[in-house]
Amino acid sequence: MSNLTFQQQRYLSYAVRWLIALILIFFSIFPVLWILSSSLNPANTLASASLIPQNIGLDNYRQLFTTPETPFLTWIWNSIKISSITTVLSVTITTLAAFAFSRFRFTGRINMLKAILLIQVFPGLLAMIAIFTLMTQFESIIPMFGLDTHAGLILVYLGGAMGVNIWLMKGFFDTIPRAIDESGMVEGASHWQIFSQLILPLMQPILIVVAILTFIGTYGDFILARILLKSTDQYPLMVGLFIFTSGQFSQKWGPFAAGALLGALPIMIVYLVLQDYIVGGLTQGAVKG
Amino acid sequence: MSTATQMLDKMPGEGQSITLSTVLWRIVLLLAIDGFAIWFATRAFGEGFVSLGLVAVLITASINYIILARDMYPLRWMLVGLFFMLMFSVYPIVLTVLVAFTNYGDGHLLTKQQSIEQITNERYVPEGGAAYSWTGYVSPNGDYALWLQNDAGESFFALPGQPLIPASDTQGVGNLDDKGIPETIEGYTRLNAIQVATNQDIQQIQFGSEADGVQIRSAREAAQLQTRFAYDEAADKLVDQQTGAEYLPVVGRWTAADGTELTAGFRENVGLANFARFFQSSAFRGPLTRIILWNFAFAFLSVFLTFALGLAIAYIFNDPSLPGRKIIQSLLLIPYTIPSLITILIWRGLFNNQVGVINRTLTSLFGIAPAWTVDPWLAKLAILIVNLWLGYPYFMLICSGALQSIPKDLYEAATVDGANGWTRFRRITLPLLLVAVGPLLVASFTFNFNNFNLIFLFIEGGPPIAGSPTRAGHTDILISYVYNLAFAAGRGKEFGLGAAITIVIFFIVAIITLFQFRFTKMWEEVGENV
Repeated sequence: MSNLTFQQQRYLSYAVRWLIALILIFFSIFPVLWILSSSLNPANTLASASLIPQNIGLDNYRQLFTTPETPFLTWIWNSIKISSITTVLSVTITTLAAFAFSRFRFTGRINMLKAILLIQVFPGLLAMIAIFTLMTQFESIIPMFGLDTHAGLILVYLGGAMGVNIWLMKGFFDTIPRAIDESGMVEGASHWQIFSQLILPLMQPILIVVAILTFIGTYGDFILARILLKSTDQYPLMVGLFIFTSGQFSQKWGPFAAGALLGALPIMIVYLVLQDYIVGGLTQGAVKG
Repeated sequence: MSTATQMLDKMPGEGQSITLSTVLWRIVLLLAIDGFAIWFATRAFGEGFVSLGLVAVLITASINYIILARDMYPLRWMLVGLFFMLMFSVYPIVLTVLVAFTNYGDGHLLTKQQSIEQITNERYVPEGGAAYSWTGYVSPNGDYALWLQNDAGESFFALPGQPLIPASDTQGVGNLDDKGIPETIEGYTRLNAIQVATNQDIQQIQFGSEADGVQIRSAREAAQLQTRFAYDEAADKLVDQQTGAEYLPVVGRWTAADGTELTAGFRENVGLANFARFFQSSAFRGPLTRIILWNFAFAFLSVFLTFALGLAIAYIFNDPSLPGRKIIQSLLLIPYTIPSLITILIWRGLFNNQVGVINRTLTSLFGIAPAWTVDPWLAKLAILIVNLWLGYPYFMLICSGALQSIPKDLYEAATVDGANGWTRFRRITLPLLLVAVGPLLVASFTFNFNNFNLIFLFIEGGPPIAGSPTRAGHTDILISYVYNLAFAAGRGKEFGLGAAITIVIFFIVAIITLFQFRFTKMWEEVGENV
């Protein structure tokens, strides 16, 4: 080692690190490559799948789009619709609440913050029975917000909007100097004007992070949607994809692979394009603790 | 205390000019909300949803208070969020908690009132009593009908589920034979004696309305059905009119002195019995102890492994001069970017015992095919591998951010003092990093402690634990065990016990979460702002 020049040592260290990286990358993208090759393999069972398919074809994709039992395009559209609406409403709710927690002092403030967190960690699985009953009751009062409707599902998602994100956002509001508020107050601005015209523009990075995370979280939700939605046409993608696992999962591997890949693609692109935003947001939130 | 803080410490809302238009807006808003709430609550009470109606009234009252009371100003900013949280999060949780103190589940699904109604609706064919002679008819779609004649010489046409129709009101009656029985009735064909004798179906059907039912008793006779059970409200017991047996309510079951029970049980408060079963029942204890141990081990190992790998990657590649660093990071991030449901299902395919690629590769390379889904330890290993794959990118991101925030001069000072790479990592990097990511480690622990999706979608808790009184598997964690108690098909549903275990899980997680805040900066920060 000591015989090597500084430059050589550096190249050696790069080489070693790239070798480690290649092993890790293999681990990280292996399932993705596998699903890609399965989706292109016309022999669509798990047993006949191989990393490099014998003959390549789009049969699985064709099957996915044309089988009436699996309306794939409807599922994707449902997912995007539900997730977008939930994201917009949820981020609005969270931002307003976090601003209040950051800027106002009122009795019960700390306890409310604690309670929000504890409610969030309650294992919601059994509450599904109660939520299901609640939505059945909603159905007979206001049918458009009942079971098997996207509106009803979104309502239930919004029930979880006040959660960890409040803490993350409140942390960010706290970092914005109070002097900004003060300058606004001197000018005679109301709280609302200070919030919307002075503070909100500064919050843009964290708003994007929270919006992306909410969108992805809703897009990936499975259990609530599965319990509250009944008809195949109303399913979001995750519930739809789960259909393939019923019965002989390994026999429907090909169409599942195609659907999984197409379903994962939008989120993957969002992540990789906005990587720096997400990393920045997560780590700032994290370092702040 | 700065001037700004002083200003903010004033009663919020003070110093805000209250104009006529804001007052008007507030009144219009309140009228709209209250109008809707009154309509909603009325409908709810009308439909018999008492608790939903009460919750709606309570929430609306709070909304009114928050909008009208001056010192509630900060809460107006989170009014919508609070509403959704109370209605769709807190209210279901409260209902769930209440269920934990009942025996709600299969055999106890009804309220007591409903169970009495259901049982007293039961009818039986008495030995004596009002009797008819009958003739059967059948329609082309297989619906049966009866022509009934009583001793007084009156005739009726009887269809299932409808009140008896007197002969004079019956539509489409054809010629009567010598006994006064129609040879044809429009839409129906008369059954002959052989058809009647060989027909089992018609004997099971209840004709006439619910209150005034008639059923066939013998080849010639049909009898007026009678209520089988009578409810004695004063003594709170059900009396069997046929046998005279008395049934008393015993823990949600109508039970006779000889121990026989009626099928329709009801929901009843059982106090802490569900918790006692969880902590004491020896039949449950075996599987439960295993599940709890594995639950903690799984959560701990998942956090430890994902953090270790994430930190290692961040540490190794935390060098801006490394060529292609950005590409490496992007590729290593991929597991994090795919919805976990999809990747868990993919891994389920990869780990398939017979045709999965992992076993096919192992067979061709080493001639072995581990039974991933059959062997308890291998199943646990597979789950940890999958969770490592799912979880390391998160800590990779977190740690690379945290590493950059550690002051460089600390390392320089340590190097001057003669510390080598490992010592620097152990004495500087790790402690500082843990301060920053500690809360996230705890949060990750609580998340994995209830990581239902992974356990359920990957392996459904299997392989099963032999001899367990309820469905339980070697890889089940508490939450998936609860899922089986409450939802698994084929076994009795035990909502009450499930809810009790949910509360136990909640206490474990809540204690960890509160502990986390006691010792972290997040907590101090909140304290500092008070």
